[in-house]
Amino acid sequence: MNGFSALFYKEILRFYKVSFQTVAAPVVTALLYLLVFAGTFKGRADVLPGVSYVAFLVPGLMMMSMIQNAFANSSSSLIQSKVTGNLIFILLSPLSALEFFAAFVAAAVVRAFAVAVCVYLAVLPFVAVPVRHPLFLLFFGIFGSAALGALGVIAGVWAERFDQLAGFQNFVVVPLSFLSGVFYSLRDLPPIWRDLSRANPLLYMIDGFRYGFFGSADVAPWFSLAVTGGFFLAVSLLALTLVGRGYRLRN
Amino acid sequence: MIPDCDGAAITVAGLHKHFGRVYALRGIDLEVRQGEFFGLLGPNGAGKSTLINILAGLTRADAGRAAICGYDVRADYRQARRALGVVPQEVVFDPFFTVREVLALQAGYFGLKGAANRAWREELLTTLMLADKGDANMRTLSGGMKRRVLIAQALVHRPRVVILDEPTAGVDVELRASLWAFVRRLHAEGHTIVLTTHYLEEAEVLCDRIAIMRDGRIAALDSKEALLRRAVHKTLSVTTREPVAELPAPLQAKLHRRTGNTLEFVLQQGTDSIPEVLEALRLAGHVVIDIATEQASLEHVFLELTQRTA
Repeated sequence: MNGFSALFYKEILRFYKVSFQTVAAPVVTALLYLLVFAGTFKGRADVLPGVSYVAFLVPGLMMMSMIQNAFANSSSSLIQSKVTGNLIFILLSPLSALEFFAAFVAAAVVRAFAVAVCVYLAVLPFVAVPVRHPLFLLFFGIFGSAALGALGVIAGVWAERFDQLAGFQNFVVVPLSFLSGVFYSLRDLPPIWRDLSRANPLLYMIDGFRYGFFGSADVAPWFSLAVTGGFFLAVSLLALTLVGRGYRLRN
Repeated sequence: MIPDCDGAAITVAGLHKHFGRVYALRGIDLEVRQGEFFGLLGPNGAGKSTLINILAGLTRADAGRAAICGYDVRADYRQARRALGVVPQEVVFDPFFTVREVLALQAGYFGLKGAANRAWREELLTTLMLADKGDANMRTLSGGMKRRVLIAQALVHRPRVVILDEPTAGVDVELRASLWAFVRRLHAEGHTIVLTTHYLEEAEVLCDRIAIMRDGRIAALDSKEALLRRAVHKTLSVTTREPVAELPAPLQAKLHRRTGNTLEFVLQQGTDSIPEVLEALRLAGHVVIDIATEQASLEHVFLELTQRTA
C-alpha cells in the first residue's frame, strides 16, 4: 500500500461506515424528486425526441446526486479533519500534494458512482433508460464528479468552520446543480436564462451525461466534453496549488 | 536497534517565524545529536510548539533551515517525515475508526504494509496496554487511552527521531510512569527523543541535554549538569531554639521567609557560605537546632533564565 492508496482507502472506509447517510439518503432524495416531478409533469410532451419526461429526469437526477455527493465527500472529510484536528496525521506523513489531492478526489468519484448506480438500479423497474454511449457516460460521470470532488477539496481547504463550508455548498454548489438542466431542457428556457445557463459548467456535465443515455442532448456532446474536462483541469490546478502551498493547512 | 541518521538527528539554523506582528521564532540555531534524550523547555509562548511544527512540516518557516537526519524538512520532506515521529500535544483522533484501523491507515500513509509492520503495530498495542482495545472505536476510549494511541501512531513507521510535545499533560501518575518507562525503552533502542514538558522534574530525570527557550530564542543550551551548575541560588533553612527577634544585619538581605522559629535564606552560589550564616547567628546569641539545604533544581534554573528580563 502506498500513501495514496492508504488515504484513498481511508476516505472510502469513512463514507462506507456512514453509508446510510452518505449513500442511502441521497438515493432516497433523488427518488423523491423523481416521484414528485414525474407525478406533476406526467402528461408533458417529450423533452428530447422520443424520450419521455420521466426518463429525461433520470440521468439529470443521477448526475445532480453525483455532483452534490462528490463535493460533499471531499469537503466534509477535510473540514471535519481540520476542525477536530486529526488532519495532522495526514500532514505528518510523507504524502505529496498530488497524492493527497488524488486520494480525496478519487474517493469522491467512488461515492458519486455508488449513489448514481443505486439511483439507476432503483428506477430501472419503473422507467426504461437505455445506455446509448457508455464511454460518454463514463467520461462525464468520472470527470464531472472528479471536478466537484476537486471543488470540495478547495472548499474544505478554504473553510475553517462548518458554517463557511455550508455557505459554499448552499450558495454555490446547490444552486448551480439545480439550475443546470436537471428538470428541464435548455430549449424550454427564455433566451436570457438560456444564455445565463450556458455559463454554468455543471450544465455541460448533466447534458453530456444525458447524451450518454439517450444519444441526444441540448449541447453538442464534444463541446460538453471539452467544457467538463476544462473545468476539471482548472479546479484541479487550483486545488493542487492550494494543497501544495499548504494554504490553511500548514500554517 | 534503530539505524543511524546520516548526520545530526535534528539540525536547525537561523530559523525565523512570525504570525502577523507576533514573532514566534527569532533566529533559532540548534543541533540534537543522534541517540540523545533532549529536553526542549520554555514557558508558554516561548516558541517550542512553533519550532516542533516547523520540524514536522506543519508550519513553514519564514527564514532559516531545519533538517531531520540531514533531510531538509521542505526540500526532502518525504525522507524527513519518514525519519520523524511526533506525538502532538492535543489529544486528537478520528472518530470514524477503530484503534487497529487508525494504526493500519497511519502505516499506509508511510507506504508500510505486510506482516512485519502488522506485527510491529500489534507489539505497540501490547506495549501501550491497548491490545484489548484494538477493535474499539476511538470515540469509546478514555483520554489516557487516546493519548497512548497518539504515541502508537507516532511510532508506527519506526521513526529514528521522536518528538513528544507535552505527552504527560493531564495524565495520571500511573500512566505517566508507564509512558516514561516506554520512552526510556525507545531511547535505549536507539531512538533520538525530544521532549517538551511543563513537569521540569521529568526533564531533569530523563534528559541528557536541555534547551530552554524564551521569547523565540534559545536562552540556554547545555547538558543537564552544566545547566544545574548555572543556578545562581540555593536555599538554607535554619531552625533556632528561640524565635529570632532581630536578625544580624548581614543576614537581613538574605532572608527569604520566616515561619515560626525557622528562617529560610536564599544564598548566592559561590559567594555566600553556609558556615558564615551559622556563625553570624551564633555570634548574635541564637542557638541553631536544625539546618536543611536545598540544592538548585532545574526548576530554579528554568525560572532564573525565563524570568530574567530580556
